[in-house]
Amino acid sequence: MGNIDIYVSVLQGTIRNSVPLILTALAGLYAERSGVVDIGLEGKLLAAAFAGASAAAYTGSAPLGLLAAVLCAVAFSAVHGYASISQRGDQIVSGTALNFIAIGGTVIIGQAWFNMAGRTPSLAADAKFSDAWGLPFADSLAGIPVLGEIYSRILSGHYWLTYFAYALIPITWWVLYRTRFGLRLRAVGENPGAVDTAGISVVRLRYQAVLLGGVFVGLAGAFLSMAVSSGFTKGMSAGKGYIALAALVFANWKPKNILFTCLLFGFLDALSINLQGKAIPLVGEIPVQLWTALPYILTVVLLAGFIGKAIPPKASGTPYVKER
Amino acid sequence: MSAPFAKLPNWAEYGLIPVVNLVVAFLISGLVVVFAGENPLKAAYLMVSGAFGSGEGIGYTLYYATNFIFAGLAVAVAFHAGLFNIGVEGQAYVGGIGVAVAALTFDATLPWYLIFVLAIIGSMVMGALWALIPAWLQAYRGSHIVITTIMFNYISYSLMLWMLNKVFKPLGSMAPQSRTFGPGGELPKLDWLLAIFGLDNGNSPFNLTFLLALLAAFLVWVLIWRSRLGYEIRTLGFSPGAARYAGIYEKRIIIVTMLISGGLAGLLAINSIMGDQHRIQQEFVSGAGFVGIAVALMGRSHPIGIVLASVLFGMLYQGGAEIAFDMPNISRDMIVVIQGLVILFAGALEHLFRPSIVAAFARMRSGSAASTVTTGA
Repeated sequence: MGNIDIYVSVLQGTIRNSVPLILTALAGLYAERSGVVDIGLEGKLLAAAFAGASAAAYTGSAPLGLLAAVLCAVAFSAVHGYASISQRGDQIVSGTALNFIAIGGTVIIGQAWFNMAGRTPSLAADAKFSDAWGLPFADSLAGIPVLGEIYSRILSGHYWLTYFAYALIPITWWVLYRTRFGLRLRAVGENPGAVDTAGISVVRLRYQAVLLGGVFVGLAGAFLSMAVSSGFTKGMSAGKGYIALAALVFANWKPKNILFTCLLFGFLDALSINLQGKAIPLVGEIPVQLWTALPYILTVVLLAGFIGKAIPPKASGTPYVKER
Repeated sequence: MSAPFAKLPNWAEYGLIPVVNLVVAFLISGLVVVFAGENPLKAAYLMVSGAFGSGEGIGYTLYYATNFIFAGLAVAVAFHAGLFNIGVEGQAYVGGIGVAVAALTFDATLPWYLIFVLAIIGSMVMGALWALIPAWLQAYRGSHIVITTIMFNYISYSLMLWMLNKVFKPLGSMAPQSRTFGPGGELPKLDWLLAIFGLDNGNSPFNLTFLLALLAAFLVWVLIWRSRLGYEIRTLGFSPGAARYAGIYEKRIIIVTMLISGGLAGLLAINSIMGDQHRIQQEFVSGAGFVGIAVALMGRSHPIGIVLASVLFGMLYQGGAEIAFDMPNISRDMIVVIQGLVILFAGALEHLFRPSIVAAFARMRSGSAASTVTTGA
C-alpha cells in the first residue's frame, strides 16, 4: 500500500507541477510564434506571483488577487513589447532587464509593504484557491481497480486553474491552426514582410500575442503563490520560467508537445521531491544537488538536439523594420 | 525616417546617450524608492557619501568594481562576437574551484605571489571549461547560447553546493565552506595605492586583484582592437555572413571567444576568495556575474567604458549597503532593480532618446552653419 501512495503522490505532483510550466510555456508559444522571444517569462512569473499574493492578502479575495497577477504580468509584457516591437530593441536584453526588475522589485516592495523579509503574509483560506474540484463520479468510480484509482486519486481533486491550464492546450492548438488570428500569428513569426504586404499590421499582431502571453504568465504566477503555496516567498519562481522556455523549445513550438514536455519536467520535479535521501536499487543514493540540477541538465541535453531537432519560427528574435 | 540611425559625434554617441539612458534609469529607481516610502534624494546622498565619503568606502567601492570589471569584460568579449553570455555568474562560481584548489594545496609551502599565478591559471581554466560546453553546443549543435548558459548557471549552483559539502568542507565542520587559507592564500591589500591619495583603506578588502582587473581590461582592448583574432571576432559579431565569406571559421571563433569570456569570468573568483574571504564559501559571486551584463551594455563593450561603469556599480553596491543600514525599507536588492533598469534603458531601449538627440543636433548645426551645410542632411 505504501508503494501505491508514493506513485499517487508523484503523479499528483506531476500534474500540479506542470501547471505553471504549461501556462508559462503557452505564453512563450504565442510570443515566439509571433516573432518575439520572451526570456523575461521568469521575471513575469515572479512578479505575477507577488502581485497576486499581495493583492489577495490586502483584499482577502482570491479573484482580485488573480486579477492583480494578470494585470502585473500584462504590464511587464507591455514594456517588453514596447522595447522589442516599437523600439526594435534587443529582445533578449529586454527580457533579461525585466527579470532583474522583477527579482529586485518584488523584494523591495514586499519589504516595504509587509515588512516580512520579502514575503507576503500567509493567505487565509478565502484569499487563495482552496477549493479542489472533484471530477464527476470520482467517489463512485474509486472502487474500480487501477483506472478508478487513477481517476479519483490522481486526475480528480485539483484546482479549477489546473483544469483550465490543461484545457488551454487544445484551445491553443485550435486558435493557432484553425482560426484566422492563428494563421496570421504563425505567418508573422515566419515572414513578417509577407504579412505586412497583405495589409495586416505586424506591430498589432505582435502586441496581441505578447499581451496574451502576459495573461497566461499572470495565471501561472497566481497559481504559484495562491494555489500551491499560500503566499509569496522571495524568488519563489526558482527558474520555472526558464524551464518552461526550455520545454517550449523541446516541444518544437507546438501546443501538443508542450503538454508532454511540461509533464516530463513536472514529473522529474515530483520524483526528486519523493526520492530525496532515498537509495535507489543498483545506483545508491543520488545527491540532493544532482536531483535539483537534473531538469537543467536534461534541458541542455534536449537543447543539444540529441533527441530531436528544434526549429524555431524563422523571424523570432528579429525586430521587424518596415522599410528595408 | 532614417533619423534614428543617423551619425552622431563620438562624444554624443559614447558619452551623451549612455548618460541620458543612465539618468532615466536612476529617475525611475528614485520612483521605486518613493514607492517604498523613503526619500530618494536622501537615498542618493547616502549612497554617494557611503561610497566615496571615506577611504574605507572608496576601498569597498573599488573592491566591488574589481568583480564587475572582470564580469563586464567577460560579457563584452562575447558581445563582440554576437554572443550573449548570461552564464558569467556560473563561470565565475566554478572558477572559484581553481582558486580554492591552488590555495588549499600550496598555502603552507608557497609564497602568495606563486599561488596568485596558480590561481590565475586555475580560475581561468575552470571558468573557460564551464563556458566550453555551451560554446560547443552553440557552435556545433545550434542550441541557443542564452538558454544553455542560463541552465549552466543553475547547474553550477548545484555543483558548487556539492563540492563545498563533499570536497572542500573540512571533517567535523558543519558549514559548507573550506578551511581558512594560510598566509600563502592571502593577497596583499592595496593600502599603499589609496595612501598615495591620502586615503586610509581601513578594513576594506580592496586588494591586488584590482590591478589584475585593469591589466585584463588593457589586454582585452589589445585583443579586440589590435589583434587578428579580435578582428575576426568583431567581424563575426558584425555580420556572420560576411565573416563566412571572408573565410573566417565561425565555429572556431565561437569556441575561442567563449573560452576567453569564461576565463575572464573565472578570474572574478580570485577577488573575493583570495582577496577577502580567504576561503571558498557559498555564493561568493553574489550576482556580480549578472551585473556584468549591465556594465558591458553601459560601457558600450569598450574596456574604458567598462572600468568606468564598474566603478559606478561599485558605488551602487557599497552605497547601497549604507542605505540599507539607514533606511530599513530599502535592502540591497534595490541594486538589482537599478541594474535591471540600466539594462533596459542602456540595452533594449538604447534608441529611445536617440531621435530627439539627433534632431537637436541637426537643429544646432543648421542654426549655426546654415550657409555651409546643406539643409536636410
